[in-house]
Amino acid sequence: MNAMAQNAHKAIEATPLLRVDGLTKWYGHVVGCRDVSFEIRPGEVLGIVGESGSGKTTVLNCISGRLPPSAGQVEFDTSRFGPADIYGLSEPDRRRMQREEWGFVHQNPRDGLRMRASGGANVAEPLMNLGGRHYGKMRAATIEWLERVELDIGRIDDKPRHFSGGMQQRIQVARNLIHGPRLVFMDEPTGGLDVSVQARLLDLLRELVRDLGLAVIIVTHDMAVARLMADRLMVMKSGYVVETGLTDQVLDDPQHPYSQLLVSSVLQI
Amino acid sequence: MSSGSNTQGSNRTGRYYNYAYLDEQTKRMIRRTILKALAIPGYQVPFGSREMPVPYGWGTGGIQLTAAIIGPDDVYKCIDQGADDTTNAVSIRRFFAQVADVAVTEETAEATIIQTRHRIPEKPLKEGQILVFQVPQPEPLRGLEPRETETRAMHAYEEYGLQYVSLYESVSAYGYIANTVGYPTMIEERYLMSPSPIPKFDNPKLGDNEAILLFGAGREKRIYAVPPYTRVRSLDFEDYPFETQTWEENCALCGAEDSYLDEVILDDAGERMFVCSDSCFCAERRASGHVGTMGDHALAHLEGGPPAVASPVAEPA
Repeated sequence: MNAMAQNAHKAIEATPLLRVDGLTKWYGHVVGCRDVSFEIRPGEVLGIVGESGSGKTTVLNCISGRLPPSAGQVEFDTSRFGPADIYGLSEPDRRRMQREEWGFVHQNPRDGLRMRASGGANVAEPLMNLGGRHYGKMRAATIEWLERVELDIGRIDDKPRHFSGGMQQRIQVARNLIHGPRLVFMDEPTGGLDVSVQARLLDLLRELVRDLGLAVIIVTHDMAVARLMADRLMVMKSGYVVETGLTDQVLDDPQHPYSQLLVSSVLQI
Repeated sequence: MSSGSNTQGSNRTGRYYNYAYLDEQTKRMIRRTILKALAIPGYQVPFGSREMPVPYGWGTGGIQLTAAIIGPDDVYKCIDQGADDTTNAVSIRRFFAQVADVAVTEETAEATIIQTRHRIPEKPLKEGQILVFQVPQPEPLRGLEPRETETRAMHAYEEYGLQYVSLYESVSAYGYIANTVGYPTMIEERYLMSPSPIPKFDNPKLGDNEAILLFGAGREKRIYAVPPYTRVRSLDFEDYPFETQTWEENCALCGAEDSYLDEVILDDAGERMFVCSDSCFCAERRASGHVGTMGDHALAHLEGGPPAVASPVAEPA
């Protein structure tokens, strides 16, 4: 058995990290998402693809504890309480779990960074939130992480607005990984970036995810990103999940007419 | 007023305002808020702040607190940056002498209510005294987190890691914690509190103080308090402990080594002197014979000797 197959085998045996069951979200009479169910295991990368308005971000917000669903369950294997419905936890417990065990990479780094604090402080903040009170140690960890995301250490104390979009995104990635989360949510992490920067960021993300054995749920409308990052894909349309499967399987042999359309509409150069 | 007993003297003929300016119902509401604030040290209690005859930012919160607790037997002192003789302090003191018939003083030990902006008097306060702070921004986390809903949740769940971000930034920029005013404090290891813009020099005086410390923010509509003998800790890092400011010089007028000093520019040639910001403290020391390097400077004569003993201000016409 080769390494990849072994990993896959391990992933199947492990208990699910996140289990979503019958997730439904209504915005008044408008459907956000309908009856979404899936599981994700440690070390697995799940992609959610679909056109804009298909409910990808609604699903992501619901499962990341940011938007209470209208119906359905989101169960996370918490380190303090074991598997627990995240909306059944008390608010302080849920916020603590989000701080300790999750990361959330926003499409727009301005949403995920504190623009008034320096890049270094942004990266170190999760450590302080978890009780870090030793400046020297936190500074060292920050520098280590900025190096990992290939940022110039000399600019550690610059404000985020003085960095380019791609650099801001890398600061955001470092900020969301420094505290060793088990599950990271990513909402179009390469969204507003030009293609070459996108490629480098994707490369970096892929490396980090594999090195750290992270579970990642990544929302994207970009099939290339999905192909590079995700082990499994979930195709959404009008709030429903229309197809799921291994990434290569879905992209190479789409079954649902909408998936076929989605795959065939990717621009070729 | 249909209900509630009026404060003594409130119905004197010829007075255009109720005793202590605010109406009795408002004062009652503020007193209730104060009691709640004292019961939960460091917690910001919302209250229905009123329009006052001074603009926001000039001490409306402090004036409302004073108006709610003052009575004819009180002796009132008001300081601004430690000094009794600044415009703001003089006019607020005159205001209460007029609307509340109280004796006023510049003597810290004599006062029962001291309203202050930016300082805690050098002379230790005693039981029975109340120190009223004017607060522009009661929320210590506001600079980093603009959402009120979020900062309230952070207080409720004791999520105070964010406050350390400001200290982290300071250390990374200056090599030490350079924050000097409004230095964040932890009250009884539960609530994070902004001590109002007092210099961090005064932070150690907040803890274990014998007096009641009341904080009022008029524009932000919040009252909070530090009751007597409360534990107050200034935040810091393990490797960068909390330190207060120090000066290389002593007070040029009275020679004090341990008081908070203001820098006074004397001319365009760079001549300067350092003097106590607490004018009462400085005058008292001079009266008892202490002299600094520039003890005969005009500033000392301008301030006069020790302040006169408390005397009721003349009745308004």
